[in-house]
Amino acid sequence: MSIFFDVQEVSFAYSSYGEVPVEVPALENVSAQIDKGDFVVILGRNGSGKSTFSRLLNALLVPKKGIVLVAGKDTSNEDNVWDIRSTAGMVFQNPDNQIIATTVEEDVAFGPENLGVEPSEIRKRVDEALETVGISQYKRNAPHLLSGGQKQRVAIAGILAMKPECIILDEATSMLDPVGRREVIKVLRKLNREENITIIHITHHMDEAAMADRLIVIDHGEIVLDGTPQEVFSNVDKVKSLGLDVPQVTELMYDLKKQGINIDKLPLTVDEAFEIIKALVR
Amino acid sequence: MPINIEGLKFTYSNGGPFEKNALHDINIDIQNGEFIGIIGHTGSGKSTLIQHLNGILKPTAGRVIINGIDTKQKDLKELRRQVGIVFQYPEHQLFEDTVKKDISFGLLKQGLSEEEIQQRVISALHSVGLDESILEKSPFELSGGQKRRVAIAGVVAMMPKILVLDEPTAGLDPSGRDEIFGYIKELHRDFNMTVILVSHSMEDIAKLAGRVIVMNEGTVYMDKPSGEVYTQPDQLEKIGLSAPQITYLMKRLKTILPDIDENIFTVEAAVKELQKHLKQ
Repeated sequence: MSIFFDVQEVSFAYSSYGEVPVEVPALENVSAQIDKGDFVVILGRNGSGKSTFSRLLNALLVPKKGIVLVAGKDTSNEDNVWDIRSTAGMVFQNPDNQIIATTVEEDVAFGPENLGVEPSEIRKRVDEALETVGISQYKRNAPHLLSGGQKQRVAIAGILAMKPECIILDEATSMLDPVGRREVIKVLRKLNREENITIIHITHHMDEAAMADRLIVIDHGEIVLDGTPQEVFSNVDKVKSLGLDVPQVTELMYDLKKQGINIDKLPLTVDEAFEIIKALVR
Repeated sequence: MPINIEGLKFTYSNGGPFEKNALHDINIDIQNGEFIGIIGHTGSGKSTLIQHLNGILKPTAGRVIINGIDTKQKDLKELRRQVGIVFQYPEHQLFEDTVKKDISFGLLKQGLSEEEIQQRVISALHSVGLDESILEKSPFELSGGQKRRVAIAGVVAMMPKILVLDEPTAGLDPSGRDEIFGYIKELHRDFNMTVILVSHSMEDIAKLAGRVIVMNEGTVYMDKPSGEVYTQPDQLEKIGLSAPQITYLMKRLKTILPDIDENIFTVEAAVKELQKHLKQ
C-alpha cells in the first residue's frame, strides 16, 4: 500500500481580524498517514477540528506549521493545487452552497466539463452518477425544488462524475434519512472496493463509522483515538466522554457486561450482537 | 381543534412546466400540548407539510386551520404569533450584529415594551442553555452549536403556542444533539407548548414523541403512538425508513428466546429485558 495522504506535524489556526487580531488554534501538531484505498471515518464533536483536518487534505487550507503531502505533492505549493483538487474531491455539509446549475444533470456535468472531459463521456458519467445515488428520475428538475436530502445526493453525484482518486465528505450525509444514508455508504463502499477510491468521511452517525476500515477521532485539535471501529468503540466510556456515541448494540452489551454478564468482545452490528447472545444462551 | 388539517393537497409550480405534486389527501388533527414526531424519507413531503402550519405555503386544495385561523386568509400576523417554525439550518438566518438584537428582532416587530423584550430574550436564552454573557457578541463568532441555539432562542422568545422544528439537530454531534432535545423537552413540559418535531433520528423520536406521523410520497402513511410505529420495522422498511438497531436485535432474539419481549426499542429497556434471560 502506498501512502496517499501524509500529514506531518501539522498545526493550523484561524485568524480573526477584529479590533485586536487573534489566532484561534484549530489543530495542534497532528500527524497521520492515510493509505491509498483506505476507507476512513473521522469523528469528533463540533469544533474539534475535524473539518479543518479535512480541508487541509485538499489544499482548501494550508498548514501554518508542518506539511501535508497528497500523493506526494505538497499542498502549500500553489502549482500543485489544481492537481490536488482533481485528485481529492470534496462534498460539503450544506448542498445549497455547492449546487450552481439550473437543472440537476447540468449541475452534475459541471465538474467533468471543467476537467475538459469529452462530451459523450460526460453524458455517460452524469447518467451513471445519478443512477448511483438514485435520483435519475429528477435529472431534468430544478435543484432548488428538491428536498434537502435529494440535493445532497446531487452534490455527491457531482463529485462522482469527476472520478477523483479520493472523495472527502464533510458531513455530507447529515440531511439524509437512514435508508438514504445507508445507500450512500453502500455506494462509497462499492467505489472503495471496486475502484480503489480512497474515502475520507466525516460524520456524526456511529452506524456509518462502524462500517469504516479505520476511525480517527479528533478532539480539541488533536488525534485522540485511531484504529479499527472495533478497537475505537470498545472504549465506550472514553468515546462518550468525547461527546460521541457508540452504536446501540455496543452500548447494550457494554451495559450487560457491567452487570456481570460474561461478554468478551463488544459487537458493532445486530448480527454480531445476536451471535454473542446466542452463545450465552446455550 | 387546535390544529386541523383537512384534505390538504399541495402542488409546487401548479400549472407550470415543473409542476410537482408534493402533498395529497392529508388529514391530521393535533391537540394542545401534544409532542408529535414526523418522520419520512427525504422528499416525502415533511418540510412541505410543516410550511403549511404558518401560512408560508397555502393549500392547493383542502384547508389548514390553526386555533380557528384559516391559513388561506391574508392577515397572518396572529397566525405567525401562534406558530413558531425553526427551519433546517436555522443559523443561516442569523443576520444582526449582536445576539441580543437577533433574538429581539421578532419581538420588536410585535411592538412589545423594552422591559418585556429584555425579559423574554433572557428567558429564551436560558431555555436553550445559554447565558447573558453571549448577548453582546456577534452571532458569527459563535460555534455551530451555539449559533443553532441562538436561532432557536429567537423563535422561542416569541412564545409560540405551537413550536415546529425541522431537523433541529442535523449536523450536531451526539452530545449537542442530546442537549437540544433536552431543551425542547423542557419547553414542551414547562410551557405546555405543542411540539412538532421533524427528524431522521428514529432513536430520538422514540425517546421524545408520544405520537408519530410517518410520511410517504406526500401522504400520511402511519399516524400512531410511537411505541406501535417502531415495533413494525418491515412496514417502515417498505418506505425507506428503518427502526432503531435494538428493535432488529430483539426481533432476532425472539427466535432463540421465545419468552422475550420483542417490542423494545431503547437500550435501557433492552438491558432490563435481557438481564432476565441471561445468566450472570
